[in-house]
Amino acid sequence: MTTASEPYVLNIGPQHPSTHGVFRLRVVMDGERIQDIDMVVGYLHRSMEKLAEERTYTQNIPFTDRTDYLAAMSNNLGYCLAVERLAGVEVPERASYLRVIFAELQRLASHSMANGTFINDAGAWQTPLMYMFREREKILDLFEMTCGARLTTNYMRIGGVAFDPPPEFYPAIESLIAEMPTRIAEYTELLVDNEILIARARGIGVLTAAEAINGSITGPMLRASGVPWDLRKAEPYCAYDQFDFEIPVGHTGDCYDRFMVRLEEMRQSVRIIRQALDGLPSGPHKTEIPLALRPAPGEAYARVEGPRGELGFYVVSDGGPAPARFHIRAPSLINLSLLRQMAVGAALPDAIVTLGSTDIVVGEIDR
Amino acid sequence: MAALLEAGVPGSVVTSTDEWVEVRPERLVDALRWLHDDPEMDAAQLSNMCGVDRYDHFEVVYHLQSLDQNHQIVVKARLHDHEAASVPSSYPVYTGALLQEREVYDLMGIRFEGHPDLRRMFLWEGYPGFPLRKDFLQISADHHPGLPHFPFETGEQER
Repeated sequence: MTTASEPYVLNIGPQHPSTHGVFRLRVVMDGERIQDIDMVVGYLHRSMEKLAEERTYTQNIPFTDRTDYLAAMSNNLGYCLAVERLAGVEVPERASYLRVIFAELQRLASHSMANGTFINDAGAWQTPLMYMFREREKILDLFEMTCGARLTTNYMRIGGVAFDPPPEFYPAIESLIAEMPTRIAEYTELLVDNEILIARARGIGVLTAAEAINGSITGPMLRASGVPWDLRKAEPYCAYDQFDFEIPVGHTGDCYDRFMVRLEEMRQSVRIIRQALDGLPSGPHKTEIPLALRPAPGEAYARVEGPRGELGFYVVSDGGPAPARFHIRAPSLINLSLLRQMAVGAALPDAIVTLGSTDIVVGEIDR
Repeated sequence: MAALLEAGVPGSVVTSTDEWVEVRPERLVDALRWLHDDPEMDAAQLSNMCGVDRYDHFEVVYHLQSLDQNHQIVVKARLHDHEAASVPSSYPVYTGALLQEREVYDLMGIRFEGHPDLRRMFLWEGYPGFPLRKDFLQISADHHPGLPHFPFETGEQER
């Protein structure tokens, strides 16, 4: 006897723990298999690109925190680099080093969150996430003692950084980076050979290198597909050309490789922070710029290797005090370009794991 | 670079500077495909694309990235038709254009001919106007963006 089945539509979200925010997946299911998947976004759309056209270049920095609220430092940095390129502002060396330190701390915090929630989606409910939150809290404490905020830092400035870290910052970061390798080893021991994780993530959501490149995938997802592409090496900004670190790559481009790439990147981030702290030059932490900066008409595109991928800022000036156009290249959104390809044909739980491995932040998708 | 592109795709280049090259909208996809396939150019990835309202024309800006050669190519197309701005979709060359073109359509109102799934993305179908256009805030005062009533209400309901 054959049983007839007919497709049905399943809504995941907008309020659902595995969508990591207000994000909706509309899935057409045939039994347990996904026939079609469509994403519905815009619930968090705050029209930042339009708002920025009414505000001065400096006033726009806090907006960039609120796009990707798990990587505010990286967003601040990308935007400031774009405006500096546009206006030809020089940055003191100490500021470049401080930017590297804070961007890498942010990467540690963001990857902790990404890996924790990914494991959460794969079925290890909350426990690994809480382990990773333990270290993330310490990083956020460092942010708080430096700039007074934990998430929306608003720390970078055009021409440098807002504040020099206070004296108590240095012992705290020393103890953190002394502790981090042990913690990462602990995660490795706990999770890397975990049978459940391997069963859930191996061979799921596979992207080949060619597909990932053509699909504009960047960041850990691209590297998990075996492409050693990292803007910190390819187009060194700040002081990244002075540090010694490696680009971890995966082999198969599945969810497990993405997890492993992020875990290894945390190790490399600790290495970079160590070198930056050792070489931290003295001097001013920022250059003075006019309050209402008026760059000459022109355009600039600057990008940084954010925790989620290429984080680009395209700023167009018409000579006025506010940008004529401000565009954010949001890696969270663009990494979802191939979602259909990764999820169609898979079972529903695999799609959840795939979505978890892309590490989306909905504030950045919608902007 | 512009000379090579003009040789590879005759009649495509309009003008160029050191930083970018402007191509004719109708030859855009040919130009992108040539840049993608040419081993010297090797524009393997559509890194970023966005629309810019320049008051008298729209600009669609493509940032193309070569991963092997490690260089960036910026391609622009100018559109002078304000009412029906449209450009061929680059989706056949770059699958990564799928969401980026939808975003430009949603917020800037530039149509991408041949895009497989050109719908509004952040805003809903029927939203009046395209917010990133410079004339968006000149929409008449009695026309408030947003739904005229709650979705579960019928229009004629008396209060």
